Amino acid sequence: MSFVSRGFTGRRRSGPPGRLPPGQYDAGKAFPVLSAGPVPRRHLDAWDFAVRGEIDDPLSWTWPQFQRLPHVDVTVDIHCVTGWSKFDTRWSGVSVDTVLGEVETAAEYVVAFCDGGYTTNLPLEDVLDGKAWVVDTYDGEPLAPEHGGPARLLVPHLYFWKSAKWVRGLRLSLTDEPGFWENFGYHNYGDPWQNQRYAGD
Amino acid sequence: MTTDDRRLDGNALAGPLSELFALDLAAATITCAHCGASGPLGAHHLYSDAPAHVVRCPTCTGVVLRFASDSRGLRFEMTGTRLLTVAT
Repeated sequence: MSFVSRGFTGRRRSGPPGRLPPGQYDAGKAFPVLSAGPVPRRHLDAWDFAVRGEIDDPLSWTWPQFQRLPHVDVTVDIHCVTGWSKFDTRWSGVSVDTVLGEVETAAEYVVAFCDGGYTTNLPLEDVLDGKAWVVDTYDGEPLAPEHGGPARLLVPHLYFWKSAKWVRGLRLSLTDEPGFWENFGYHNYGDPWQNQRYAGD
Repeated sequence: MTTDDRRLDGNALAGPLSELFALDLAAATITCAHCGASGPLGAHHLYSDAPAHVVRCPTCTGVVLRFASDSRGLRFEMTGTRLLTVAT
């Protein structure tokens, strides 16, 4: 926790023009860490990333295999449901388009699953076409465990709880299965521009 | 300060839970639905810097209950609790 000098305590509401969703404030340089449990510490030798569920031949990549997948740099704004937004965050990772590649599936939904037991659900179309990544680098450094390292999902067009920390894979599903926060009264989709915080918003 | 440093014990949830329960639940015994271990709420691990209070089993770290009090009212979920026992 850090102290802020008087005169800088006011939360900047605006941010860059047109980029702050309703009800959010600009976190500036801060990158708050919220956590609902202990930080998993998984050795990279014991890490893999899997695609399973509605797929004939499930896929998985070890850490070295994942590192060899083509990585892309992405700079995006992120919006946490607790109110903070952060602009121009810089990540590197593998597009979910690359991960799912030529997968043939009847699934219309995915559930991201994680070390520590966290889950979050998304429509399949929301993680395709350049809208989602599995990132392992933040601001030029390996992603810190507190921020979801070794790898987290990044789905910046939805509230940040959808960008699951410590992600270990995607389960393709025919049905929409609410995840950890979605089954506790939070919005099933979570569009920050629609202020979709709670179920029914 | 890391999130692990900010972990509280379940006693810290007795205050917020008094909004919902007339009884003081700090001494209530929770039996974990994941691993079967049981112990007082006060000895459980509490993570409160999330969108809800999240209480985890000190034995297996599975979630035993969640509680939120916000603009949408009070929400209490305990699918991870097999049994809640309160001495009377």
